[in-house]
Amino acid sequence: MLTCREFADFLMAYLDEELEDVQRDEFEQHIELCPPCVHYLATYAETVRLGKQCCVSDDGPPPADAPETLVQAILAARRVR
Amino acid sequence: MHDSDERALLRLLQAGDDAAYEEFVRAQTPRMLSVARRFLRNEEDARDAVQDAFVSAFRAIGNFEGGSRIATWLHRIVVNASLMKLRSKRRKPEESIEELLPRWQEDGHAARPAAPWAAEKLVEQDELRKLVQAGIERLPESHREVLLLRDIEELDTQEAAEMLGISTNAVKTRLHRARQALREVIDPALREGT
Ligand SMILES: [Zn+2]
Repeated sequence: MLTCREFADFLMAYLDEELEDVQRDEFEQHIELCPPCVHYLATYAETVRLGKQCCVSDDGPPPADAPETLVQAILAARRVR
Repeated sequence: MHDSDERALLRLLQAGDDAAYEEFVRAQTPRMLSVARRFLRNEEDARDAVQDAFVSAFRAIGNFEGGSRIATWLHRIVVNASLMKLRSKRRKPEESIEELLPRWQEDGHAARPAAPWAAEKLVEQDELRKLVQAGIERLPESHREVLLLRDIEELDTQEAAEMLGISTNAVKTRLHRARQALREVIDPALREGT
């Protein structure tokens, strides 16, 4: 029987479907019996989702503030190469 | 962009067409700058990284064979330039991630068992964004960069390993710990009933 600590250690491999059959069965047995680990699994997955959502502004197009000074610097850098 | 447009653009860029290059720079700079800003806290550093990336991209465009989208190819170059910049800035030895990881009892039970997160706390977009971004900032750099590469910029394990010069196993271990640490840091604010 897996401990909660081992469950947490194997979590990413489980989500990536990289566990051997035997390990996966043990992992899934643990989920059946342990509510805190069910919550851990759900909030871990939510963390991954939130990381993406909160860092990438996918509400609309990227900020259209291509700073003209930067654009000019990039174009100039090419010319002097 | 359609495949044929993409090929036409590539041909113009490879031929050194000034107008095409300017248009390409104008079109891609905003998105590339937001990528660099995720890695670099300082605006000037982020702009330098984008500029370095375009210079490298322009030098290498002749060898680009169109195996991926031009924008995807440029994205990888910007990520790499941002990492280089980050490394040139790194001074203080980083803290250990251990303090941010979950704590365990001797028998393998969690010191603080996980609880669900409150749905209503997950809808406050501004608050959530600040919370998560501040959480990512707290990660030691070696783990923050792996989380950014894998979960935010969506490079695969192999690509991330090559870019960082570490093994794929090290990428996996750091990614898992980074996610666990981030979960731990944002958990108190999101738990039900708190
Ligand atoms: Zn458990």
